[in-house]
Amino acid sequence: MPPVFTFFVMMLFWTALSGKFDLFHLGMGVISSGLVAWLSHDLLFEGHTKKLGATFKEIACFLRYLLWLFGQIVLANFHIAGLSLSLYPKKKLDPHIIKFKTSLKTDFARFVLANSITLTPGTVSVRIEEDIFYVHALTRRSAGDLAGDGPGEMERWVAWVFEGGSR
Amino acid sequence: MITDILVIIAMLSGLLFFVATTVGIIRFPDFYSRVHAAGKGDTLSTTLFLGGAILFIMRDFSGENLLTAGKLLLIVFYIFIASPTATHAIIDAGYEFRVPYWTRSSGKKGTEGDEENEENMDDGFYPDDLKG
Repeated sequence: MPPVFTFFVMMLFWTALSGKFDLFHLGMGVISSGLVAWLSHDLLFEGHTKKLGATFKEIACFLRYLLWLFGQIVLANFHIAGLSLSLYPKKKLDPHIIKFKTSLKTDFARFVLANSITLTPGTVSVRIEEDIFYVHALTRRSAGDLAGDGPGEMERWVAWVFEGGSR
Repeated sequence: MITDILVIIAMLSGLLFFVATTVGIIRFPDFYSRVHAAGKGDTLSTTLFLGGAILFIMRDFSGENLLTAGKLLLIVFYIFIASPTATHAIIDAGYEFRVPYWTRSSGKKGTEGDEENEENMDDGFYPDDLKG
């Protein structure tokens, strides 16, 4: 990614946050985004070597994935709210640890998977060691298909977004 | 009028989820399940709450309000990244220090230095290199 791209992202962010469009504020924005882009352009998109078209396709797939994830979050939130408001939560809880091996290759895909697992209520990713995930699940139901053999539904989605797998 | 009702519904349900997860923090039996409750309240309820705020602002449409709505969306986006990361940091720290955890079979809350409860701890919970 060229530094120019970082500059435009920074500039967009600056304008959105400041909300002032006079010369002084925009000039300050140009100076500071230029400085940041010059100093740390290799941080924001480090290691991202895909072509621009592929990047946009990835973003589109990611948005589609976010939609699905949000549906899951809503469903699972109802589950957890019902659990904590039930009369005897201890009778319904059955905490356990799931250990599974992921087939995802890149660090970023694993990061997205771990964060998605934590976002859906009832499961928290505790630790990732190389390709082994440790996930703490609150009930057997919230564990869903993570506990099964092979990649679960969420993992297939993440693989579809970032590594061109089938959904 | 319809927008007002939508705003009220969104904010009330957001509050309801916040209350449910807060009650969860108090009622759940051990450290790990409490972290569950603490970390999850943010996701759906903040989205609902700020979504309601965005709807409320957008009732009278103008460039300035659009900008404010954009900022609120940025907050939602930030929370969606920060909340699971913080939850993970807390629970990983607890895991590192081997905070006892509650299972259905142990049947009661484990406390630190509770010898009796140590026996009930599932060894499969910790990876091999962390076992004492």
